[in-house]
Amino acid sequence: MDTLHTLVMDTLTTAQSLFFEVLPIAAVILGFQVLVIRKPVANLHKIAIGFVYVVIGLTLLLVGLEEALFPIGKEMALQLTRPEFLGADDGPLTWRDYYWVYVFAAAIGFATTVAEPSLIAVSLKAQEISGGSFSAWGLRIAVAIGVAIGVAIGAFRIVTGTPLPYYIMAGYAVVIIQTMFSSKWIIPLAYDSGGVTTSTVTVPVLAALGLGLATTIEGRSALIDGFGLIAFASLFPIMSVMGYALLSSWLQQRKKNSKKDSEVPT
Amino acid sequence: MLAMQPKNRYQGFHVTKIKGAATAMDGLRNFLRLFKDALKDLLPIILVIVFFQVVVLQQPFPNLGKTIIGSFFVLAGLAFFVQGLEMGLFPIGESLARAFASKGSLTALLSFAFCLGFGTTVAEPALIAVTKEAGKVAAESGFIGTSMEARDEYADGLRYTVALSVGAALVLGVLRILKGWPIQYLIIGGYVLVVTITFFAPQEIIGIAYDSGGVTTSTITVPLVTALGVGLASTIRGRNPLTDGFGLIAFASLMPMIFVLLYGMVV
Repeated sequence: MDTLHTLVMDTLTTAQSLFFEVLPIAAVILGFQVLVIRKPVANLHKIAIGFVYVVIGLTLLLVGLEEALFPIGKEMALQLTRPEFLGADDGPLTWRDYYWVYVFAAAIGFATTVAEPSLIAVSLKAQEISGGSFSAWGLRIAVAIGVAIGVAIGAFRIVTGTPLPYYIMAGYAVVIIQTMFSSKWIIPLAYDSGGVTTSTVTVPVLAALGLGLATTIEGRSALIDGFGLIAFASLFPIMSVMGYALLSSWLQQRKKNSKKDSEVPT
Repeated sequence: MLAMQPKNRYQGFHVTKIKGAATAMDGLRNFLRLFKDALKDLLPIILVIVFFQVVVLQQPFPNLGKTIIGSFFVLAGLAFFVQGLEMGLFPIGESLARAFASKGSLTALLSFAFCLGFGTTVAEPALIAVTKEAGKVAAESGFIGTSMEARDEYADGLRYTVALSVGAALVLGVLRILKGWPIQYLIIGGYVLVVTITFFAPQEIIGIAYDSGGVTTSTITVPLVTALGVGLASTIRGRNPLTDGFGLIAFASLMPMIFVLLYGMVV
């Protein structure tokens, strides 16, 4: 009975805070609609129901994550970074002893990105305007792979204590080179996928992982080393999405070529 | 080929007006399908957690019942969210884009973009939490004064800086869609700027600055802003929704980094 009570209370507080998040958005839209545009909105009724659905959906999502997944995920992040788990009794730890941390970082980065609602929204929109020729699911997997690689490297960076700017700068350099070779329709979408990966589902788990690593490893500061995982999670999807586009156009090209070869009359 | 009018329907996904029992059944069927999709979205997380709990850490599940109930909440939440996206956030974004395009006032559109960016960010709970945390850590490390006021002042300053930067980002991003500027020059130029300022910024601000780009784009803002951008690019002659419509989020994640780094240098 007690857990039911807290569940209901949690749901109400979450709904309330989301309501206050929607309020400024609704106020800006309504304000401009009434004062500047001065035209009625088509299907206003339906749109209002849609906003209510979004609030209900995000409330359930956040409460569910808070109830079920975040506690286990955060606890896991802490346990995996504990010196006893890593085998500190057998001698001083090197970066190699943290292999489960890297695997966990990659796996949880991938999994949380697949469930990220903002990414679902952007990939649906991309699929819609491409007339279905572009798969929403493919984009999401490409982004999730990028986050997985990024977060694993980010965890490695915290373990080794190497400075964040070097990695970010190297990442930017790769992005610039890829941009030069990418077709122009994928570039904005790739840049956008950097920003959408890190919201509701991903950030809390990654923040816990980063802070867990920074506090358990000697000589790391939570201020300088604890942050930064989110930066990795927003940089690497840009590379993986452009990489995915480059790869799929290359494969298509090869298929076309091999087809041409096989079509040669015998 | 891609520069067509926006469709109001998604592939294999369509919203019906509730008009009686038959459509209510449709609605239910639709919801069940969304629920099934959500299951596919959540499955990786469940697999990862089960694998690490059982194989790596070799521990039983604490509160299995709670975990299962929570998972059902997540599934229903994702289903409702996608339905609401379809009915509310996407249509209003598109309708605003059309309305501003037909009105033809640049000032109105740009001030809307600024208000949307600033208004949605300044009250964003995730940002409030992060800036508060940053204020606490900054005070502990002696980067700022240890008093409560100094801490709050630093956190509020950070929050308004980020909100301002998102407003500015949307203004620039919308301007880019209208003019059809290629996005890469602006974004890469921005990256070069970030890298350059990093050399001069205090070390304490760098991690937070780099992370701040990820925090700003909330789950409600992203669909709305995406629909606005794509809507503008579909309505304006000569623009392509795919090459010109996307990119607003990219500006909204880049600009906070620049602004926060500068803030760290000024404080």
